[in-house]
Amino acid sequence: MGEAAQTTALIWAMTLPLLGAVGVVALGRWPNLRDSWTVAVGLATFTAVLGLVSPVMAGARPSLGLPDWMPGLGLGFEVEPLGLLFGLVASGLWILTSVYGFGYMRGHAEKNQTRFFTCFAVAIAAALGIAFAGDLITLFLFYEILTFSTYPLVTHAGTEAALKAGRVYLGILVSTSVLFLLLAILWTASLSDTLQFTPGGFLPGKIEGPSAVLLLLLFSYGVGKAALMPFHRWLPAAMVAPTPVSALLHAVAVVKAGVFTVLKIALYVFGLDFLAADGLSDLLMAIAAITILAASIRALYLDNLKARLAYSTISQLSYIVLGAAIAVPAAAMGAGMHILMHALGKITLFFVAGAVYVTAHKTEVSQLDGIGRRMPFTFGAFCIASFSIIGLPPFGGAWSKWFLVTGAFEAGQPWMALVFMASSLLSIAYLMPIVIRAFFKPLPEGAKDEMNEANWMMLLPICATAILCFVIFFYADGVYRLLAPVVGLAQ
Amino acid sequence: MIDLSFHLPALQVLLPLIGAPLCFLIRKEALVRAFTLSVSVGCFFISLALLGRVIDGTVLVYEFGGWGRPFGIEYRVDILNALVLVIVSAMAAIVFSVGPGQTRRALPVGREYLFYSAALLCLTGLLGVSITGDVFNVFVFLEISSLSSYILISMGQNRRALMAAFSYLVMGTIGATFLLIGIGFLYQMTGTLNMVDMAERLQDVGQTRTILVALAFVVVGISTKLAVFPLHQWLPNAYSFAPPLVSAFLASTATKVAYYLLIRFCIGIFGFGLVFDQVGIQKLLLPLSIAAMFLGSIAAIYQTEFKRLLAYSSIAQIGYMTLGLSLASEAGVSAGLIHVFNHALMKGALFLVAACITWRLGGTDIAVMRGLGQRMPLTMAAMVVAGLALVGVPGTVGFVSKWALVSAALDQDMLFVAFLIMASSLLALVYVWKLVEVAYFGTAEPGVEKKDAPLRLLVPTWILAGASIYFGIFSGYAVDVANRAAAQIFGAGM
Amino acid sequence: MMKLAEELIAHWNYLAVIALMMIGLYIAISSGNLVKKVMGVNVFQASVILLYVSMGKVSGGTAPILIEGRTDVLYSNPIPHVLMLTAIVVGVASTAVGLALVVRVQEAYGTVEEDEIVKLDRDEDLRSMSGETN
Repeated sequence: MGEAAQTTALIWAMTLPLLGAVGVVALGRWPNLRDSWTVAVGLATFTAVLGLVSPVMAGARPSLGLPDWMPGLGLGFEVEPLGLLFGLVASGLWILTSVYGFGYMRGHAEKNQTRFFTCFAVAIAAALGIAFAGDLITLFLFYEILTFSTYPLVTHAGTEAALKAGRVYLGILVSTSVLFLLLAILWTASLSDTLQFTPGGFLPGKIEGPSAVLLLLLFSYGVGKAALMPFHRWLPAAMVAPTPVSALLHAVAVVKAGVFTVLKIALYVFGLDFLAADGLSDLLMAIAAITILAASIRALYLDNLKARLAYSTISQLSYIVLGAAIAVPAAAMGAGMHILMHALGKITLFFVAGAVYVTAHKTEVSQLDGIGRRMPFTFGAFCIASFSIIGLPPFGGAWSKWFLVTGAFEAGQPWMALVFMASSLLSIAYLMPIVIRAFFKPLPEGAKDEMNEANWMMLLPICATAILCFVIFFYADGVYRLLAPVVGLAQ
Repeated sequence: MIDLSFHLPALQVLLPLIGAPLCFLIRKEALVRAFTLSVSVGCFFISLALLGRVIDGTVLVYEFGGWGRPFGIEYRVDILNALVLVIVSAMAAIVFSVGPGQTRRALPVGREYLFYSAALLCLTGLLGVSITGDVFNVFVFLEISSLSSYILISMGQNRRALMAAFSYLVMGTIGATFLLIGIGFLYQMTGTLNMVDMAERLQDVGQTRTILVALAFVVVGISTKLAVFPLHQWLPNAYSFAPPLVSAFLASTATKVAYYLLIRFCIGIFGFGLVFDQVGIQKLLLPLSIAAMFLGSIAAIYQTEFKRLLAYSSIAQIGYMTLGLSLASEAGVSAGLIHVFNHALMKGALFLVAACITWRLGGTDIAVMRGLGQRMPLTMAAMVVAGLALVGVPGTVGFVSKWALVSAALDQDMLFVAFLIMASSLLALVYVWKLVEVAYFGTAEPGVEKKDAPLRLLVPTWILAGASIYFGIFSGYAVDVANRAAAQIFGAGM
Repeated sequence: MMKLAEELIAHWNYLAVIALMMIGLYIAISSGNLVKKVMGVNVFQASVILLYVSMGKVSGGTAPILIEGRTDVLYSNPIPHVLMLTAIVVGVASTAVGLALVVRVQEAYGTVEEDEIVKLDRDEDLRSMSGETN
């Protein structure tokens, strides 16, 4: 693909979701037409992003620079392997979530579907903007757009509870981004004359010691979407949103944007070597490790299925942050892979939660006795996805866990390896009981009639993502080869 | 043939000055409005021409009657005041195009020309303050603009507008008189009223107690007009009870001109060395600015009336501007100037939204605004845009200001101050979001029809809201002008 | 002590200015009657006029009217007088606007006492909060 074609693909990848949003508004009155348009745009976007894969793997870095909007600071985009991976995850899963969304919204007879799918499209556009941002300012711009475009999705129900949740969501995310992230970016701007992402980082040599640790913490906590404790409360609060929102945005796009940003800053602003030297990232490692364990333990005690999955997400997200903090190539590889593996696994779990709510009207784990036998495909998918999250082969999550643990040992951090293993045990403890209850416990009295398999629009994506969890195990080397040059491993 | 371009500086002030009494001759409302609009647009074009001529660093000097300084009065245009002229005349052109709005009760039908006359006088005063190079002339024009603004404010529908205007009159006149006392002492010591001459002569006599007292009087006097905390008491009442269009105009211009005066006096006349190094005015101004930023925002959060909320928000925003000045650096002054421009856009848009709401609903209690998002979609969309700009979301002008301010603070190694700036903009998010929630999530009163504001109100509102985004994305030109203005006044010392 | 008294008496014009300034400010701030407030501001402005005018007097100087043909005459400074003519006009205008506002306040409230006006406003607020809540 020639350079011009690459830039075109880049532009298309980012503008198509926006066109999608416009189209959804225009076609609002004809639901079938509107929903087909969403799927069509989703497929087109994914194709555009896919087209960028081979040039990027060959070493090209398609870029697009926009005129300076403040003296010395231009908006710019640059496609590199990590961003491309996130872009693929976001755009690919958008298609599946849209189909699932149609099923959910129609099955639940939800109102304001047009507004919902419009904001969805804008949020995906923002996520792609984050994925392809070439410098910190562009990233910050799209990061904020993502926050504000997902607010209407979180408060979709319009109830007092939804509004309250929306305030927590917006409050935490905007506060952290303005107080910490923007401050960190400005501080970086005063240290360095460029804010462009550079392989190996552009901060080494410009800052050191306690100031560097403070800057790293400002960046990490500034990315509130990565849900590091104690700024994680927005995630469970956002569970009040309809499940398609939880599935894509809070299992995939929003949270992945957060940890992607953290990983990108680790790789392209600080640089792995700088982080590893002199224990710069030790404090961050500790925070991530505590988040992993605390969130997993909390998940054990939650009966509400979505809440349990929310805390599981918080825990899994810190895998990626911990991988970035351990700051050796293998760990960074594991972190990058986990973006994909966790996305596939978690989205399946949330899809199932939503299907159960719409079809059987159940929200608590304790209500799920025997439901697996009435919804075999749904819960079969749940089982597969759980295995992937736990990290068992032959499912995708095994690979990312492998690299993370290997990296921990390589870096001389056996305690962190222990944290990963402990977390796996904890995830068995909070996920497997659901599977066991669903399949091996008898149904409660008189419940046989109301529970059937989920409708096809929800079932299709559930099965698709579950199968992907399995298939990706065998094609993980593609991901490896994509990310290897970024983290400093040989291909 | 008179060379008009030579006389532009004089025309800048003469045009509205002559236009004001001419309004008395035109009785038909639509004609008076058109006349006022053309005068304001004329002023706007003149100010643009002036900016174009000084942008490369030349200073335009216009001597009245051919009398050179220090005998005559001269108008002096450099980049700093050209910027202020553009802002003031642009806001006038945008706001006056609408008309007096909801002043029917105070202004009987058939007497609207009184409003336009006062408005043009206010414009004259503000433009005059900005453009003149003579300190006593500053006092005179300041009083012209103040008196006409008292009249404009008193035209509000609520009878409390009268008391608001009266309190503003007492406080404003005392403030202007303080400025006069300061000018008196300056004249006594230097023997001249011309700004350039005074700056030169102050080099010799700057160390006397008289000059320090003069500095004190001048700064306090200007601070009253600038509504620096704690001399801000007149602002909330004045802006909330005045007709919304008057608030839109005054909020974007009157305090900005006072800020310009502060810069001109402190750095241009008294000199950076005396004011910042010796006296250390920033030690007082910095805590007061931070207090304004926080207390203004917190007060805004608890307001139940839209215009009052915007008034307290303005006090906080003025805090940002004075913070820029108190950083005692070129970057700080430049950041303050950028915020002057950006705040004019944002607050102007928000007060125009208030005008739209008053037009349809008759009042701006926040309770009355429930569910307005569905009834007046375009108006509320403008409110969201301007509100997000106030918070400082990237892509809007507010972000450019925040960026500039925090960069300037970090340049001076004031990490804590930078953090405080961010924290206070989060407070802005609270009150902006309160408005968004009420507008979009509240249920409207039954019987309120779905009818947006009339086009002649919507167009100016959206011009300003759109500009808040346009200049947020393409901020290069505005930032460049501000940087140049700051560099010029620091470099030349004048 | 004598030196201080001497200095003060020599600068008696400034003492007058300060006295008038403080009286004016006091009336403007503490008086409850709106008309008196306006008059207080007026007195305050008068003190500033005194300041400028007394500043212009040069010791041993005569009235600043040009005497043809003589170059050795010491004139007092006419500029402060000129400035104060303008300031008087400004003062008159402020007083006029202030009193006009007081007339309108009288029409709207029925009183020009500040505490009564505040009370009337507060009663209006209480009535709208409890009475006509809709």
